[in-house]
Order: sequence, then C-alpha cells, then structure tokens
Amino acid sequence: MIKKTKLQAYNSSTFLAYALIAPAAIYILCIVAWPLFETIRLSFTNSSLAGEDYVGTKNFAKMLASTKFNKIIIRTFVWMFFSVLLKLIIGLIGAALLNSHLRGRAAFRVLVMPPWVIPIAIGMLGWLWLYNGYFGIIAGIGMRTGILDGPFGFLAYKQSAFISTIISDVWVGTPMVTLFFLAAMQGVPKDLYEAAYCDGASKWARFYSITLPQITPVIITMALLSAIFTFNSFEIIWILTEGGPRGATTTLIIDTYKQALGNYKFGRGAARAVVVVILLTLFAAFYLSLLSQINRKVANE
Amino acid sequence: MNKYTIFQKILLYLSIAVFLTFILLPFVEMFYASLRPLKHLFRSPYQFYSNDLSFWAYSEMWNTVPRLGRYIFNSFFLASCVAILTLLFVIPAAYSFARFNFPFKNGTLYLLLAVNMFSGPVLIIPLYKMLRALSLLNTYYAMIVPGVAFLIPTSIWLLKSYFQKIPIELEEAAFVDGASRLQILRHIIAPLSTPGLAVVGIYAFIGAYAQQFLYAISFNQKKEFMPLPAGLYEFIGYQTVKWNEMMAASLVGIAPVLLVFIFLQKYIVEGLTVGAVKN
Repeated sequence: MIKKTKLQAYNSSTFLAYALIAPAAIYILCIVAWPLFETIRLSFTNSSLAGEDYVGTKNFAKMLASTKFNKIIIRTFVWMFFSVLLKLIIGLIGAALLNSHLRGRAAFRVLVMPPWVIPIAIGMLGWLWLYNGYFGIIAGIGMRTGILDGPFGFLAYKQSAFISTIISDVWVGTPMVTLFFLAAMQGVPKDLYEAAYCDGASKWARFYSITLPQITPVIITMALLSAIFTFNSFEIIWILTEGGPRGATTTLIIDTYKQALGNYKFGRGAARAVVVVILLTLFAAFYLSLLSQINRKVANE
Repeated sequence: MNKYTIFQKILLYLSIAVFLTFILLPFVEMFYASLRPLKHLFRSPYQFYSNDLSFWAYSEMWNTVPRLGRYIFNSFFLASCVAILTLLFVIPAAYSFARFNFPFKNGTLYLLLAVNMFSGPVLIIPLYKMLRALSLLNTYYAMIVPGVAFLIPTSIWLLKSYFQKIPIELEEAAFVDGASRLQILRHIIAPLSTPGLAVVGIYAFIGAYAQQFLYAISFNQKKEFMPLPAGLYEFIGYQTVKWNEMMAASLVGIAPVLLVFIFLQKYIVEGLTVGAVKN
C-alpha cells in the first residue's frame, strides 16, 4: 500500500512535469509565439527601419486591391497544387518500387534520401547548373536529340521557370514522402496479402485493393504535410529565380520576404505574413480534424 | 507469393533506375562538373564524354575563395551549437512528456507540432527587429537562436518515443528502493537512452545544417561568420561563374553530413516515420 502511494507520487508530480517543460516552452514562446503576435501588430503599422506609425488596415486594403497580389495568391496555389500532386504520385510509385522484394532494395532505399538530407541551398546550386541554357545537361540532351533548336535557359522564360521550380521542389520533397509511404506499406499486415494471394489476386490487384486502402490515412497526412512545406518553400525559388522572370515564380512566401527584407517595408511584409499565417492555420485546422476523424475510424474498426 | 517473372524483374529494375536517376542526377552532374576544367564545361551543346577529368578543382577552390575553410568550419560550428542547445532544451521536456501525466499534456504536444507549420520567412520581420534591438545581427548568435526554436518540436516527439521505450518498471523499482530522481536519471535513464540521444542530436544537427541559408542571408552580412551555403556564392564572379570549383566545394561541404546520415539512416527514418504511421 505504501509502495503504491509512493509510486503514484512518482508518476504524477505535476509541478516537476511543468518545470521540465518550461525551458523549451519559454524558448518557443519567445522565438515563435511572440514574433507571431508581433507580426500581426506590425501589419497594422507602416513600420520600416525609420520607425513606425499605426495605419489601421491600410496595408491590407492596398494589398487586397492590387491585381498583382491576387495573381500571387493564385500562382501560389497553382504552384503548390502541382508540386504536391507530383510529390504524392512519384512518392507512391517510388515507395511501391522500393517495397518490392528485389535484391539491392536496402541500397536503393538509402539512395533515395540525399535530397532530403543536404541543405536545400546547396542542392539548388546543382539544379542551377542542370538548368543552364548553354552548358547544362538538360538543354544539352534537348539539343542533341533535336527537341531544342538551340540553347534554352529554363529559368529565363516565365512558363519554363515556373515548371522548373516545381520540378526542383518535387525533387526536394519526394524522398520524405517516399519514405513515409514505404514505412506505411511495410506496416500493412502480411496475412491480408496471403489471404488475397490464396484467393488468386494478382500483384496489381493486391496493391490496388489492399495496399492503397490500408495506407490512405498516411497518404492524406502526407498530402497535408507536404502542402504546408510546399506553401512555406522559400529557398528553392529564391536561389533558382528570386521570384523572376518578371514575377513568374513569385509565390506568397517570396513576396513576403521581398517586401520585408528586400525593401525593409516591415508593415507591408507583415501584412503578407499575416495572410500566410491565416492560410497555414486553415491547413492545420483541416489537418487536425481529418486526423481525429481517421483516428476515430481506426478505433471503431 | 513474392516471386517475379524475369520480365517483371527487368521492368521493376528499370523503373527503379528511372526513379533514382531523377533523385541522383543533380549529385552525379555536380560531381562530373567538379572534375572537368572550366573551359570544357563551357562548351555548347553539352559534351557527355570528357577525357580530361581531374581533381584539380578540389585543390584550386581553396585559392579562389580563400575563406572556404572558414565557411565550412562556420557551418559545422553553427550546426553543432544549434544541435547542442536543442538537446539541452529537449531532454527534460521529452522526459516529462514521456513519463508524467498532467493537465493539457496532449494539447501541449499538438500545439508543439503547430510550430512546425511556420517557417522562418513568415516570422522573419519580428526576428530581424528583435535581433537588431539586442544588437545580435551579424553575429553567430543571429544564426543560432532562431534555428533552435524550429527544431525543438520534432526533437521532443522523437526523444519522447525513445524514453517511452525504457520500461517504467525499472524506474519505479529504483524509486521504491529509495533512489532519488537524480540518481534514477543518472544510473537508469541516461545510459539506456544514449542511442536515442545520439539520433535526436544528429537529427538536430542535420536540420540545423539545412536551414542555415535563410538566417545567413537575412541576419548576417559579416563574411567571417558566413556558413557554407551562403559562402558558396563567392564562386560567382563578375566575369564568370567557376562552376567546377563551386560544385567541388558544395560536395565537400555536404559529404560529411551525407556519410553520417547514411550510417544512421535506419534509426532516424524509423524514429521519424513511426509516429506518422501509427498515429
């Protein structure tokens, strides 16, 4: 009896529990939460290096009235949509391939990871060289096979720059998606496959009617997570095009950064950041409600 | 059940080859470019074959950018500081989440995940003003302080699951036998969680290494504090870009990180995916 109460005391020292969390919590409050509120406050000012005055909703009114900003919002979502879609499709195919029982698959799995591990900024220098219109390998293959008549700067034209930045973003994001899908596929109970095999289901049928439904929760989770990451993607576009040519790759994050630290117009930048925060919060709310729905469904089964 | 016909095998290997080509092409091409003399790189159309490969760029790059060594050191120094600081904050917090029951525990854990949503660019303005007010701009601190905050949440989740794997009975038995909390921490928790600490530390190091660019270009203008991803831009000259040397320096900079990751990938990937897969 004495032992039991003593143990309860050991596991339920609320004060100690909070004390242990406090340093991390305070740090995050200072570096993430406080700046978040400060961003919202600044969005109602004309803050710059010179100082700041309260200007009400002027920043927002100006921003929402400009067609340029509306175009940026639409562009951001188009960019994100294609990038996330490609990541999911390539990730799913990649995971299915790596999940097959082939010799060398352990090595293949390791080879998928490098883009995920290295600094994006360095990986993009490699892509900058690949996209080079005169000397890069992509333009080279194009010219040798006759698809291109001459040198072609992939990052110099509006449409090709847009597509090129998407491809590089997919390159950065695919490894993580692939590995999460692979982990999910390996978690599918083996007896499901054995039962289907005994019933004469082909490999394709087993993938379609067992693997896919079983990993759907993970697919949804990854779709939202990579939507959040893609939405926040900064370095890829910044290094490849800085949002150009003529704004063709300027997404909301790039625009925010340019206004904020390119022109030192903190107020206007903050207004854009607030839009980012609102959209991210919507994503997160959607994500969490979806997650709890899935959990409930799994629990019911 | 898992037997393939020859045709299926060939198809699978071909598909994997296409997939891996997409993933690895930039690295292969970076390496190939680093081996070729500059004037042979600048040939159009692209030459697939070159008979003049050498490691010359790997020695010349130190002369072109004399501070290259310093940049690489900065990168490792900054990432190490961030990783150590992250661990200091994360160890007690993760232990608390793993072992105690207290009000708002789950809420706090999910709130932590929400931090992951916000990236540096969104908060860059207040962070910039804050660092300026504290006169920390253009110092190492400017590139250490913000990074830690964004690595804490995932690190807590990772380490929490390692602590949870240590049987609580061990601690309870020791506690009942009269050991103090500190003694339990030193003699039971610390030795048993060393592998977990190593994995989380390396996760934080790699994460810190990866996120340096934004903080470097936003908060630092002093060349002597620049990390490698920002310093590599010095290979871009007024006349030409020394692509071969820039690629060589890039590869030298990422090689150690890649090697460490390859050796420990099993543990890191396992730790990161387990939460998502089992919810």
